[in-house]
Amino acid sequence: MEFGPHLMLASLEGAVIAAILSLTAMGLSIVFGVMRVVNVAHGEFFMLGAVLAWYVTSALGGHPALGFVAALLIVPVLVAAIAATADRLILKRINYDADRTIVGTIGILYIIQQTTLMTFGPDARPVEAPFNTRLSLPWFEFGENGFAMFWPWGLSTTSYKLFVIAAAVVILLGLWMVITRTKIGLVMRATQQDSEMAQAFGVPVGTVYSLVFGLGAGLAALGAVLVVPIQQAHYLMGHDPLLLSFIVVIIGGLGSLPGTIVAAILIGMSDGIISVFFSPTIAKIIATLLVAMVLVFRPQGLLGKTAP
Amino acid sequence: MLEVKDIHVAYGQVKTLYGVSLSAQPSEILCLLGRNGAGKTTIMKSIMGLLPVSEGSVTLEGEDLTNMPAHLIPRRGIGYIPQGRRLFPELTVAENIEIGLMTRKQGPDTRDWVLDLFPRLRERLGQAAGTLSGGEQQMLATARALCLRPKVLLLDEPTEGLQPSMIEQIRQVIVRMKAEGFAIVLVEQRVDAVLSIADKVAFIENGRDVETTSAADLEQNPDKLTRYLGV
Ligand SMILES: Nc1ncnc2c1ncn2[C@@H]1O[C@H](COP(=O)(O)OP(=O)(O)O)[C@@H](O)[C@H]1O
Ligand SMILES: [Mg+2]
Repeated sequence: MEFGPHLMLASLEGAVIAAILSLTAMGLSIVFGVMRVVNVAHGEFFMLGAVLAWYVTSALGGHPALGFVAALLIVPVLVAAIAATADRLILKRINYDADRTIVGTIGILYIIQQTTLMTFGPDARPVEAPFNTRLSLPWFEFGENGFAMFWPWGLSTTSYKLFVIAAAVVILLGLWMVITRTKIGLVMRATQQDSEMAQAFGVPVGTVYSLVFGLGAGLAALGAVLVVPIQQAHYLMGHDPLLLSFIVVIIGGLGSLPGTIVAAILIGMSDGIISVFFSPTIAKIIATLLVAMVLVFRPQGLLGKTAP
Repeated sequence: MLEVKDIHVAYGQVKTLYGVSLSAQPSEILCLLGRNGAGKTTIMKSIMGLLPVSEGSVTLEGEDLTNMPAHLIPRRGIGYIPQGRRLFPELTVAENIEIGLMTRKQGPDTRDWVLDLFPRLRERLGQAAGTLSGGEQQMLATARALCLRPKVLLLDEPTEGLQPSMIEQIRQVIVRMKAEGFAIVLVEQRVDAVLSIADKVAFIENGRDVETTSAADLEQNPDKLTRYLGV
């Protein structure tokens, strides 16, 4: 394939990665922003989303679309409930102390991972996509006959991948509306800025924290349900999303939601493109290098504010 | 109405209040005077349930508030104007007011009432609170607390760092709230500003209330100011 069409193919792969990553990283970013909790177990909530999606779709049977829609509706809520319970049982009891929450969430990481290994097992299991039409893509060229459009061999994507990109955009827009336009969003932002004063104005900060921790995990699970028809469910699949989410949150700026989106697109696209042209390992190396550069030259991240 | 009885409070291991008792009645201004670090802010935070009270009690109209979950205390009708304003800086003026209204589920009539008290805020509803001037921030902090239609208003150094014209405006609002029947607890450094509006004065020293007296008595015996405040 020529360079142009090849780059377009790689960009589409990158856009799918960016779409999933922006959901997952957004979950990590919201939890850190509001609660100041570094959630090391975030990748496991992602994995749990994929594994539970497998359980839901295989339990339902029937047309793949039926199971998929059910998983999309049930799984994020289920994972959010599990996360909110973990918040109540563990994080609340250690008073959200910065150091102890890291150790606490490492504990949650292993509990979820090993429980999955014991029940779901070590195999990778596929979930069928609800629809998966192969779509050939055109390419344009100026030849002897002027402007021409043709369909290069191998330049194609699937309807499902386009759906993933669109779904992520819709979900993120919805999230943005909730945060900026609703009462619960207002309460979340007030809690983020001054939790003591939020309490002095009647905000049940403990409940808000449980909700936010659940929301963060639910977003990761939502990303996982979307990705599992492309990438199989496996009990160790949480590592990469965790690493990439951390990279995104640091590059975007701690606590900055727009920064998270920008960085997720940047990292997701470059991860996709570099993986296609070179290798996934080089993509991770470059992303990690980028974090180091950001930490050295712009420690507050791309869109983060400097500490007052 | 608001009764604080012999409360003992600590920041973690650091004990700060060693038995403070106060009482505030409707249509009355109780002023807390004391040197920096005496424990005035700590008393207010303890009333709001933001610090654990190890001994003693806080009651409002007979209901025990001691160690009630902190978010329920403002819902009982206590409006707090903390030292240093403590607005939600990235929220707009309108959103800061909305938070106040949500505390006791107040509606648009209360919103209009507070905005009529502070017309300057109405012109700046869409502005981020952190970008207001000091005086406007104090107005907003006061408005946010009044949005509760509280029975008790706690004001912690509301005139700190303000220009004289603004201090006068805040003072007028306090007097008006007294006339509305609120019980007011006021912490103030500027003794002259206090004596003209206070009904009772409590002197706080080293985490204790050492003497409570009427403002009239204090005018007769100004030497008490020298004794407790060194002014
Ligand atoms: N967060 C805190 N942790 C520990 N000690 C504190 C804290 N805040 C205030 N203190 C201490 O409590 C005492 C009373 O402080 P405060 O109530 O702020 O005094 P005031 O408002 O009368 O100036 C002081 O000795 C102060 O150092
Ligand atoms: Mg003080």
